[in-house]
Amino acid sequence: MEEVKLTSLVRSSGCNAKLPPGDLHKALDGLEQQTPEALIEGFESSDDALVYDLGDGRVLIETVDFFPPMVDDPGIFGEIAAANAISDIYAMGGEPRIAMSLMCFPSCLDITVMRRIMTGAVAKAEEAGVVIAGGHTLSDREPKFGLAVTGFADKDKVWSNKGAEPGDSVILTKKLGVGLLMTAHKAGETEAAEAIEQMRTLNRYAKEAAEGLSVHAATDVTGFSLIGHSYEAADASGVSIMIDSKLLRFLPGAEEAARFGFVPEGRYTNEDYLEDKAELPDDIPLYLRDMLFSPETSGGLLLFMPPEDADEYLKRFPDAFLIGSVTEQKEKPVIVI
Amino acid sequence: MKDLDTSGYSCPEPVIMTKKALGHSPDGLRVTVDNRASKENVTRYAKALGYSVETTEGNGNWILKISR
Repeated sequence: MEEVKLTSLVRSSGCNAKLPPGDLHKALDGLEQQTPEALIEGFESSDDALVYDLGDGRVLIETVDFFPPMVDDPGIFGEIAAANAISDIYAMGGEPRIAMSLMCFPSCLDITVMRRIMTGAVAKAEEAGVVIAGGHTLSDREPKFGLAVTGFADKDKVWSNKGAEPGDSVILTKKLGVGLLMTAHKAGETEAAEAIEQMRTLNRYAKEAAEGLSVHAATDVTGFSLIGHSYEAADASGVSIMIDSKLLRFLPGAEEAARFGFVPEGRYTNEDYLEDKAELPDDIPLYLRDMLFSPETSGGLLLFMPPEDADEYLKRFPDAFLIGSVTEQKEKPVIVI
Repeated sequence: MKDLDTSGYSCPEPVIMTKKALGHSPDGLRVTVDNRASKENVTRYAKALGYSVETTEGNGNWILKISR
């Protein structure tokens, strides 16, 4: 049987398929519901997952993430979807433990494709110490897959996107450019091998490298872009974040993809939403704007740490790099220099 | 000059369509796009290949005149 190209079945892919943030706020802002006191992080915060106090010094952390495929290989898609979903638990400083799968699957596809997606997901979940214990499957024209993941943490060790303090160093643990490269990949222009490798890499190691160090705030960089997730952390923490564009690291080929117009639609909707929340130099090169506003899929952790802890972290985890610092609240929540 | 209508398609499809169409008509092309991402991306693609692009705004869409 001829191999079906998964990406040919979908309009948008990966975290680029997220609803634009402006629309989401219109739909959800002000929606009231009774919340128990044990719910530490919930609907109203823009954090990566819910946090529920178990009352014994531990908290439960729960998150869900699923999206259409950005690669044709079903097994690799399963791995990426799992790594991406589990990442939200790491972004909260937790240890992921159990998960349920969400699968939308076209009836025209051979059922072995589903098996291969699940095989990839199970392998990645196992690497994270997670067991996929159930799930739900729908018939759908476009394939989509992801996980609802539950993790745990000590209550006093949970990370949140609020808590960043003036003077903190800002660290990113994966390179930027996945969204651009995967758009070029969908067009058949590049193999995007490094982007795919990075997406399937768990943030487990980035999280564990911070063991014993002071992390004031954390999040991960996904569909709302580096600027978007920085804005959320700055807004929640009541500070401004200065990003030094000279310190950013990009995946090879991403700049070229941007120059030739392989730019994900989410880059433009992110920019529209974030325009008045970020200050960028007037003469900023276009490709740099693309990197800053493009959706990332299964992106890195964004960590806010005191400078001395940040130095130690960068020694322990050399893939990570410093991107800037936190200042007192200024006119704009995010300032790029 | 040949016409290409990319209305209803989302990125990267309009860029791929433009690439193919320019392959057949290397002297130039008139491309209709119906969203900002496509307008920006098709313009970038053409410019990266050394074409000049003239943009006119129409009824909820844009016409990009791509020429040498």
